Amino acid sequence: MKHVVVISKSTPDTAAPVEVLANGMVSWGIAPLVINPWDEYSVTEAMLLKEAHGVRTTILTVGPEIHSEALKQGIAIGIDAGVRVWDAALEEQDSFGYARTVAAAIRKLGGVDLILFGKEFVDLVSDAAVFQVARALGWPAFGAVSKIRSISFDGGTIQLERQMEEGRQVVSANLPAVIAVLKEINEPRYPSFINIRKAAKAAIPVWSCADLGLDAATVGGASATIRTDAFRNLPARTGQVELIEGATEAEKAQRLVAKLIEAKVL
Amino acid sequence: MNGVFVWIDQVDGQALPASWEALGVGRLAADTLQQPLSAVIFGHQIDGLRQAAVERGADRIFCADDSSLADFRLDSYAAALSQVATSYSPAVVMAAATSRGRELIATAAFDAGVAPLVDVTALSMIDGVVHVIHPVYAGKIISEQVGRADRVQFVTTRSRAFPAPVLNPVSREVEVIALPVPAPSAIRIDSFEPTHNTVSLTDARIIVSGGRGVGGPEGFVPVRELAEVLGAAVGASRATVDAGWIPYAHQVGQTGKTVSPDLYIAVGLSGAIQHQAGMRTSKVIVAINKDPDAPILKLAQYAIIGDLFKILPALTQAFRQALGKA
Repeated sequence: MKHVVVISKSTPDTAAPVEVLANGMVSWGIAPLVINPWDEYSVTEAMLLKEAHGVRTTILTVGPEIHSEALKQGIAIGIDAGVRVWDAALEEQDSFGYARTVAAAIRKLGGVDLILFGKEFVDLVSDAAVFQVARALGWPAFGAVSKIRSISFDGGTIQLERQMEEGRQVVSANLPAVIAVLKEINEPRYPSFINIRKAAKAAIPVWSCADLGLDAATVGGASATIRTDAFRNLPARTGQVELIEGATEAEKAQRLVAKLIEAKVL
Repeated sequence: MNGVFVWIDQVDGQALPASWEALGVGRLAADTLQQPLSAVIFGHQIDGLRQAAVERGADRIFCADDSSLADFRLDSYAAALSQVATSYSPAVVMAAATSRGRELIATAAFDAGVAPLVDVTALSMIDGVVHVIHPVYAGKIISEQVGRADRVQFVTTRSRAFPAPVLNPVSREVEVIALPVPAPSAIRIDSFEPTHNTVSLTDARIIVSGGRGVGGPEGFVPVRELAEVLGAAVGASRATVDAGWIPYAHQVGQTGKTVSPDLYIAVGLSGAIQHQAGMRTSKVIVAINKDPDAPILKLAQYAIIGDLFKILPALTQAFRQALGKA
């Protein structure tokens, strides 16, 4: 059976007040962890493919127990199964280690035709994983996908629309492939309360490095090629907003323009 | 090690502005290392670009010029860049964090056995190690990240986070190294439909952005008029995009674009935390809002409180006069 895999993770809710505490740790207060916001679209796209082509769907994450949140959200929307990959040695792995970890999990799943990512992981603000996973597998990769125009699982081909800086591009490639989707691609689906309850009970296997035949020392944090030294809060905006007053709208407008010219913004 | 290499993202022989910003960062990094700066250009009929890169500080040019490279295709471009990284042992390989730049750098970094430092907003070289600032958690906080001097360090630089290099039109003799043309791509480009007459949000110096307060698709008409007078790009909040008032390509914020203009004019836009994530690094923020308690006023330097449908035409007129377009 043809197989589509969504790669996801849990991130703080988009409205979460993220800050760096005095001890240097990142906090998002009492905000819940949710599925990475961009992955609402990749999960929905996997569901659309499941309904149109009868493919099997899996949602996969690399991370400790808290990342089961993303998997349960996917399953509650209708994804067939979840897999979580974790090993203590993977803590602080970089995208190069992550890519080889995910690639090993994809090989273990076997027979995967298409991998879907959201545009990026909002906590890392990075899409490096998309292209490094594809390279680890030796598959073609496409970011900024706004539409799957056509896909033939039997013929092994896919045609995509991409929203590039300069316009809309239509490209074709052979499957298997890796794509990262934009918000434009669909109307995201949300799970019903009953399905959230059911998904909470879903059995999600956890695969270790050993299960994947990986040497934890070569894909984990110990072998990372980049490192985060510190997190810092953004510098506070200094000064208060200046309200531009005036008797008429025209007067207010002229005063604002004069201020902007004086501040050399224009 | 063989200096700093900067890949120049170009379309039809025109470099993206962010590519020159990356070249400028590369110049500073190369000077710190006391090693040469190389511009890496792939495309077809790119002689003009070679000269432009020299005028902006490149000491050497590596180029692959072939009709098969006229359009960006990740597989063949990555093969070409990885070939450069393998053959010439650069200390640092950089590119602007455009869609193509991010894809290419991540892919070539994998070939070199490393993770890239992505979308950085500041960069310094200390003892051969790249130190960068990268906004994380949707831009709500920043992280300090470092590479490793014993590896090739790959970096993408955020648009408008760095100044464009000073143009020095003196002609210099520089070494031009022609690279072998990579094997044909397995990717087929079927069609391309350019976006006309619009300023790219990520490159824009000025952005005029509309929020729910504009009331409907027609509410973007005065927003566009103001943008036109200013030569600005038009942005939008998620609410207006979800309501179908304006295409998604205009969305600024957590699930849209991250922008960093000199001037951001937020019109009828409350400034939810998700929107702020995409625009808070704007140098000057102006709010036009009927609600004096809107969150955007906590970020803004200047605000006009009132009816945007009266204020916008007045503002468009005032800018037109000030800019001599009356």
